[in-house]
Amino acid sequence: MELFTNQILAGIATGAIYACMALAVVMIYQAIDHLNFAQGEMAMFATFVSWQLMQWGVPYWGAFALTLVFAFAGGIVIERVLFKPLAKAPILTNVAGFIALFAIINSCAGLIWDFTIKQYPTPFGSAPFLGSQLISTHQAGMIGVTLLLLIGLFFFFQYTRIGLAMRAAAALPESARLVGINTSWMIALGWGMASAIGAIAGMLIAPVVFLEPNMMGGVLIYGFAAAVLGGLTSPFGAVVGGFLMGVFENLAGTYIPGVGNELKLPIALALIISVLVVKPAGLFGRHIVKRV
Amino acid sequence: MTQLLNVKDLRAYYGQVQALHGLSFSLNEGSLTTLLGANGAGKTTTLRAICNMVRSTGAIEFEGKPLTNRSTENIVRFGIAHVPQGRGTFTNMTVEENLQLGAITRKDNASIVSDIERMYAHFPVLKQRHTQQAGTLSGGEQQMLAVARALMLRPRLMLLDEPSFGLAPLVVRDLFGILGKINREDKVTILVVEQNAQLALELADQAYVIETGRIVMSGNAKDIANNEDIRKSYLGY
Repeated sequence: MELFTNQILAGIATGAIYACMALAVVMIYQAIDHLNFAQGEMAMFATFVSWQLMQWGVPYWGAFALTLVFAFAGGIVIERVLFKPLAKAPILTNVAGFIALFAIINSCAGLIWDFTIKQYPTPFGSAPFLGSQLISTHQAGMIGVTLLLLIGLFFFFQYTRIGLAMRAAAALPESARLVGINTSWMIALGWGMASAIGAIAGMLIAPVVFLEPNMMGGVLIYGFAAAVLGGLTSPFGAVVGGFLMGVFENLAGTYIPGVGNELKLPIALALIISVLVVKPAGLFGRHIVKRV
Repeated sequence: MTQLLNVKDLRAYYGQVQALHGLSFSLNEGSLTTLLGANGAGKTTTLRAICNMVRSTGAIEFEGKPLTNRSTENIVRFGIAHVPQGRGTFTNMTVEENLQLGAITRKDNASIVSDIERMYAHFPVLKQRHTQQAGTLSGGEQQMLAVARALMLRPRLMLLDEPSFGLAPLVVRDLFGILGKINREDKVTILVVEQNAQLALELADQAYVIETGRIVMSGNAKDIANNEDIRKSYLGY
């Protein structure tokens, strides 16, 4: 029984990271209707920036805040320079752009910081959480930060004017322009926010997987999967999807004979496919009520 | 009377196809003008060209300021509210959020709240449904919502594209009654594009008739309605 609880809690903790990545994926998808394959690399690069700042003697939370600003600005710059010109281009052109961006950021990180694995600090410590042996304070911290992020995003989109404008621009760009919303900047803002959320995910997971240019590869796949599972139109769904992915992956690895660590991912992805067969819009995907 | 909108030699293009061939017209401040014409005559294109939603050349001046080469969202900020064909309702948002979006460019929070109440007074059905998803409203209710959303801008000029489309005759009467009231009481200049010429001429004080991208007739709405030749050749009733 203890093993079971343990695995669930550990699953929720890794799920928190998937949830963060899934949130970033959903933010971009809402803004431009595409999945950003370079999302993980952007997060990795931001994490390296925070590491570099700490090497230069900036305290953790200072580096954290500066990195968020950097990631936010970086996301906007990438959108303005690379993807705004591609806005009306066919999907495949955009996909090529994402892949190019992936390769460029990955190589740049390798060039600047090389490919050796680096230690990354945790602000929460790694002692047992509340004296329990089940999860560490870092894992508890990851869960806490993810939930705070979700609540923050909810209030932003539900109760602020700019959040409302962003939702309008994503739903119906032409109508949004007709009420005076600058939809082009809303998209850039979406990129900035997605990039900053990804950076949070990167900085939270770096103490677990260690820092190196390829650290986000696996995480991004889980993040995509979580977003699709929860519904690409729902931030809440993305977070739930992330937690479900983490828990299911752990349980499958522990209890299904022969799965172990190697087959965890395929099993988790198979689960997602089965869910999508039943609910194509994802668990919490938007169901638009329309009169006919 | 001062001119609020002045359009000169407006030409519009969809790709290589020219849809407007040098349209000129003007709207007097406080007037209610209708733009009539058959399917494909260029009525919708004219409205879209005013808001720079289609490639066009020519001069468009609003209160003497040129609108050419400004972005759609910028033109809206001049106080030009456009109710597009198909109403442009944000169907997955609530009725109240739709109204808030209409005022998204305004900064005066207190009067936005009171304006929403004013819209509920104009359109009581919207108050009953203010928390409902806008997509669940009936066609008529959505058209009311679209007009209310446009009014939330506190516009100087309101452009309406076929507001009667797909609505029951009684609902159309209702809607046109409200438009007349808005024009008289709130001093909003209105340009309404209509296929339902008879009804539009009853409502409007000025009328333009366009055919294949050119203005072929203009004048007092009553005169046009009473002129049998024009009615038969251009308006088909």
